[in-house]
Amino acid sequence: MTVQLKTAQNPRGPRPRRILNPTRLMIYGVLIVAALYYIMPLWVMVMTSLKGMPEIRLGNIFSPPMEVTFEAWGKAWNTACTGLQCEGLKVGFWNSVQITVPSVVISIIIASVSGYALSFWKFKGSETYFTILIFGSFIPYQVMLFPLVMICRELGIYGTLSAVILVHTIFGMPILTLLFRNYFASLPEELFKAARVDGAGFWGIFFKVLVPMSTPIFVVAVILQVTGIWNDFLFGVVFAGTKNWPMTVQLNNIVNATQGVKEYNLNMAATILTGLVPLTIYFISGKLFVRGIAAGAVKG
Amino acid sequence: MTYSIQVKDLTLNFGAVSVLKTMNLDVTEGEFIVLLGPSGCGKSTLLNCLAGLLEPSDGEIWIKGKNVTWAEPNERGIGMVFQSYALYPQMTVRGNLSFGLRNARMPKGEIDKRVARASEILQIGPLLDRKPGALSGGQRQRVAIGRALVRDVDVFLFDEPLSNLDAKLRSELRVEIKRLHSRLKNTMVYVTHDQIEALTLADRIAVMKGGVIQQLAAPQEIYNRPANLFVAGFIGSPSMNFLPGQTLDGGRSFDFAGTRIDLEGYEGGAVGTRSKAILGLRPEHLLIQTQPEPGRTIPATVEIDEPMGADSLVWLRAGDLAMSVRVPVEQRPQPGQAVHLRVDIRHASVFDSETEARV
Ligand SMILES: Nc1ncnc2c1ncn2[C@@H]1O[C@H](COP(=O)(O)OP(=O)(O)OP(=O)(O)O)[C@@H](O)[C@H]1O
Ligand SMILES: [Mg+2]
Repeated sequence: MTVQLKTAQNPRGPRPRRILNPTRLMIYGVLIVAALYYIMPLWVMVMTSLKGMPEIRLGNIFSPPMEVTFEAWGKAWNTACTGLQCEGLKVGFWNSVQITVPSVVISIIIASVSGYALSFWKFKGSETYFTILIFGSFIPYQVMLFPLVMICRELGIYGTLSAVILVHTIFGMPILTLLFRNYFASLPEELFKAARVDGAGFWGIFFKVLVPMSTPIFVVAVILQVTGIWNDFLFGVVFAGTKNWPMTVQLNNIVNATQGVKEYNLNMAATILTGLVPLTIYFISGKLFVRGIAAGAVKG
Repeated sequence: MTYSIQVKDLTLNFGAVSVLKTMNLDVTEGEFIVLLGPSGCGKSTLLNCLAGLLEPSDGEIWIKGKNVTWAEPNERGIGMVFQSYALYPQMTVRGNLSFGLRNARMPKGEIDKRVARASEILQIGPLLDRKPGALSGGQRQRVAIGRALVRDVDVFLFDEPLSNLDAKLRSELRVEIKRLHSRLKNTMVYVTHDQIEALTLADRIAVMKGGVIQQLAAPQEIYNRPANLFVAGFIGSPSMNFLPGQTLDGGRSFDFAGTRIDLEGYEGGAVGTRSKAILGLRPEHLLIQTQPEPGRTIPATVEIDEPMGADSLVWLRAGDLAMSVRVPVEQRPQPGQAVHLRVDIRHASVFDSETEARV
């Protein structure tokens, strides 16, 4: 269906002026306070990361640096000690990339195809299957942690990148399948029937008809998965093995290092670096994200 | 005679609900069949079975002398047009038309030829490079028809193709579909719940109710000799007047609330004596006059009159029964006037109250 934009017929009277009336002032006031509240920690982090240790010791955490230095950033990336090695966060960054990219791609492929099958190619027991899948998403991770460790050990992949990727893929499945199923279910069924009459098969309909009209939901899925997997700590620390620890785990090791003085500038820089990936994703795709969520929510 | 479509004892159940009940339907080649019936009677379900989009629970479907009960939709030699157009939104009109042909791996030259021919027939040539989003409803439905057309099939299936369009466009496209049929001469099965579409387009109408075909006949036959009360009441607007009563004298006359009506000249079967019967009279088969004629007229009082251009629909009360009569506008009576309705018995229908069938 298309939405027709209609302008009001023959608007009368002067164009309404935007006045700062008391209500508006109130709203803006509250919004500004809220924005300040949320921006404050980020401000402190960025400022601290740009200062040298002597300046930090002076206290005053809100003031901008008198002398800007990127030393802490360089150290965080290249030489900070994350446990026994002192090669900086870059190791963790590349581990995280190696974990996130395959997990996101694989889980979205599997979930989109399952969602498609569950909404258009209903088979005997497909509803039951779906219910079980959804139910799975309500079971706390911790319950399944130990069995999964056993399974990975049996498979001989425990302590490798494959293990984390497998675990992320499995845990992404319920919510992603639900997301895709609901989106596809909101598409008109006659479209699917028309494609069948036109001789398109299971994959033909999926790739040629449905995927091209599903960009919003794929964007949503990518955002959910990238941020979720990038921010993960638990699975990384349990399944990846020391060599393959993702950025979050290494960040923790830097920040919680017990020896020596607390290098606040280093900690702040490392934290910002780690958060940069999800942050970028949100900034780039915020609009698409909202649009996609709204599209998926049309029909459930 | 060669059959284009044969439906043999087709049954379809959704779980415990039986939607089509041992249905039989033979469609000859080049015939225009309209499936007509109230919402939920199984019209779309039957059409989807013919298209191969639903698997029947029992029975067989033959198209062009081949058993296609288990064939895929694209192997059946059918094209289908949907109510919601169902155009692929991200493809251009050309892409929409050629999608099926590309799936069948047809050579490019042949595809172009067919697309050109279809767009010529439907006059959508200038739209070929647009996306469906940039088309009006009528244009979209033309493209949807074109998508069936390029497949060069023998059987067209339409599922309420015009019901999303406004009245004017609907009558335009109705004529166009009729023209298309007389040009292509292929078999068409057309679902609608619009009587006008059914009566104007069909060679034969199948009136359905509750998954059963109530009557399958030419439009005039359905209109003049409805097989039962349901068909009689469903076809015709305003609806037929139903006078409850009984037949007397071995079926020579009908008694309606004390008024005797001669059944001499009735064109149905032998009426016989029935203690409970219904006399069906269409509003256009009654005449308003001031003088009574014994055995031919029913006394009534005029209540309301609704002028509709050339005709006027007059609502009257005969005993407890509200009746409607269609009269030329200049002959309409005054409200409150006591009149007599002259019955045209040759166009009347007598139904048995028990079986509801016409006698
Ligand atoms: N997937 C389904 N599962 C269960 N029941 C269904 C399903 N599809 C249709 N039905 C039922 O089958 C009956 C016939 O449906 P169908 O769509 O064929 O009706 P229709 O005659 O086309 O009506 P309409 O004029 O409203 O389109 C309806 O009672 C409907 O509720
Ligand atoms: Mg229908």
